[in-house]
Amino acid sequence: MTLILEGVSKTVGGETHIYPTDIALEKGTMNVLLGPTLSGKTSLMRLMAGLDVPATGRVIWNGEDVTGMRVQDRKVAMVYQQFINYPSMTVYDNIASPMRLLGQSRDEIDRRVRETADLMKLTPMLDRKPLELSGGQQQRCALARALVKNAGLVLLDEPLANLDYKLREELRAEIPKIFEESGSIFVYATTEPEEALLLGGNTAALWEGKVTQFGPTPSVYRKPVNATTARVFSDPPMNFLKITKKGGTLAFGDGQTVDVTDGARNLPDGTYTAGFRPNHLELSPHVAGAMAFKTRLTVTEITGSETFVHLDHHGERWVGLVHGVQALQPGQDLEVYLDPAHVYIFGQNGELVAAAPYAEAA
Amino acid sequence: MAKITLDNLAHSYLPNPTSEADFALKELNHDWVDGEAYALLGASGCGKSTLLNIISGLLHPSQGRILFNDQDVTLAPTAERNIAQVFQFPVVYDTMTVRDNLAFPLRNRGADASYVAQRVDQIAKMIGMEAELNRKARGLTADAKQKISLGRGMVREDVNALLFDEPLTVIDPHMKWELRTQLKSLHHEFGHTMIYVTHDQTEALTFADKVVVMYDGRVVQIGTPQELFERPAHTFVGYFIGSPGMNLFDAKIDGATAQIAGVSVPLGAGYRPAGGKVQVGVRPEFIKLSAAETGVPARIKRVEDVGRHKIVRLDVAGHEISAIAGEGDSIAADTHAITFDPAGINVYADDWRVAPEGEAA
Repeated sequence: MTLILEGVSKTVGGETHIYPTDIALEKGTMNVLLGPTLSGKTSLMRLMAGLDVPATGRVIWNGEDVTGMRVQDRKVAMVYQQFINYPSMTVYDNIASPMRLLGQSRDEIDRRVRETADLMKLTPMLDRKPLELSGGQQQRCALARALVKNAGLVLLDEPLANLDYKLREELRAEIPKIFEESGSIFVYATTEPEEALLLGGNTAALWEGKVTQFGPTPSVYRKPVNATTARVFSDPPMNFLKITKKGGTLAFGDGQTVDVTDGARNLPDGTYTAGFRPNHLELSPHVAGAMAFKTRLTVTEITGSETFVHLDHHGERWVGLVHGVQALQPGQDLEVYLDPAHVYIFGQNGELVAAAPYAEAA
Repeated sequence: MAKITLDNLAHSYLPNPTSEADFALKELNHDWVDGEAYALLGASGCGKSTLLNIISGLLHPSQGRILFNDQDVTLAPTAERNIAQVFQFPVVYDTMTVRDNLAFPLRNRGADASYVAQRVDQIAKMIGMEAELNRKARGLTADAKQKISLGRGMVREDVNALLFDEPLTVIDPHMKWELRTQLKSLHHEFGHTMIYVTHDQTEALTFADKVVVMYDGRVVQIGTPQELFERPAHTFVGYFIGSPGMNLFDAKIDGATAQIAGVSVPLGAGYRPAGGKVQVGVRPEFIKLSAAETGVPARIKRVEDVGRHKIVRLDVAGHEISAIAGEGDSIAADTHAITFDPAGINVYADDWRVAPEGEAA
């Protein structure tokens, strides 16, 4: 089973919602669509499902061109942010309903409903109505309805966004196990980088209607091909600063220079943008050759185990995430350190020209 | 600004509550210190909205009193309490400009025009909407409308308190950062008493000076983020705060040693014998993997790469527990055991923390 989009785009009025996109999804894979609101996640899903007809391009399902084929005629299941269940039916009947619509035998329906309910930990609730369940259980029921008919393509549009933080954590840990047991293609839309990392599989980063990168999730995270992907796949956002390469050195805005890192050695001299993740900023130098920056602390946020430091570096706003509880005063000067091995270098158009050496080694 | 006192406060939605279980909010005594930022944290249905509604005056408690600066306001309507509120979903006048929306609470109270103009500019800058001041709110995104709601909540300087009810639910992760930081700066600058209701631990911990953790209608701990992390007073606090939450091991305690899964573990402090169900709680951050045979026997089930660190899921005596390892750490396949950092060990009897001997109360 494969789903291939070939140059698929979507326009509404004069506005482009999805720019021509090529992407191929394989059987038995989890594919995360990661991007902020209005980046095109739902639009892309609707094109995959056949709910919308693309303006250009073709949708190929198992080698067959299904562009324009109605969603009812495809093997697709979809779960939305809002739990959608029939309130007057029991959990059993809710899960059974997609199979009944397909006209399957009573025995087969019973077998699949019980199997799926077991997987979703709903067996003790089969005789209850959805409104008698907690929010997490209601969304499990909606997920069970999507899984029960063995659809080839299962689309999940921010399915956990309306749940409490802790419930989200539990279901997030379960979803990869569930998908391992089914052979479907899963597509999962989320705005949260951490959710993408926990789900694993492949990630497509989306920004303003464009897929900026698609590949194995850890690789997209550690080797973003451009600054846009790096920004989309970093929470808190990646920090940036201007640098100049001249011969064997990199000069930072405040005048300090470091030896050029391995990946950047062959770059032509010129101006670039350096990027680094908040968790790589440190309050004391842990490695020889760490760069030091003088910044002003604007706000601290303590999570109990870690401290977020919001910094002003010559007018650039940076965020650092450091271990432990740090007693720091807003407004104070703060020297922060960065291992050059954690620095990504982006060119004039935002394209990655030198990956962070640590990521190359990983 | 005001100090807010909850005196013997409790609430039941039933007309004649008979047992403690009938109370959505169990008896509570607490002073909200003037000028502090608090978060009310808990799962759906824990009573946090009930408490917020009592403070705002939307709900009259079935027992006890609420005082603003020592003045009883238990039965006073919301309008007389002089508070500002921001809700989960935007409350914005679509037909008004962004400027008029922000100015509304000030004009409504007859503030003079030059002050209104200056204050609106200040707030617009804070929420990053200076460029949109003259456009109508209609057609703005949910994010933008919620920013206006936050701005309206903060525009008055003379309120007794600012109450936020899950204000960032509809906001994108990137924008959440911006707004939370701005709220925090604003708190530093103006020193409003703020109460912020959320189920999201990150929001609660990063926003508040003190976090009030609620569970099943009861306040189980009030503390700084550090206290909640290092010394959870109840196993629920251990579970709810931290991602993943605190691990619990069934244990027998004898002085300064615990028996866990048949192994002796030093606790770093002595404990008096405790009754009931005894457990040792250790957060994933305080667990080390060991290839040696010493420590509590454990087997790796899987490793999750979450970017800035790794979560290692292990099997210990048939239970799944979690440990956190660094981004660059390699996880040895021959891990046989885990050890605990004594600084991160807490002992629980029937879910409540037992203080070690010699700990200041």
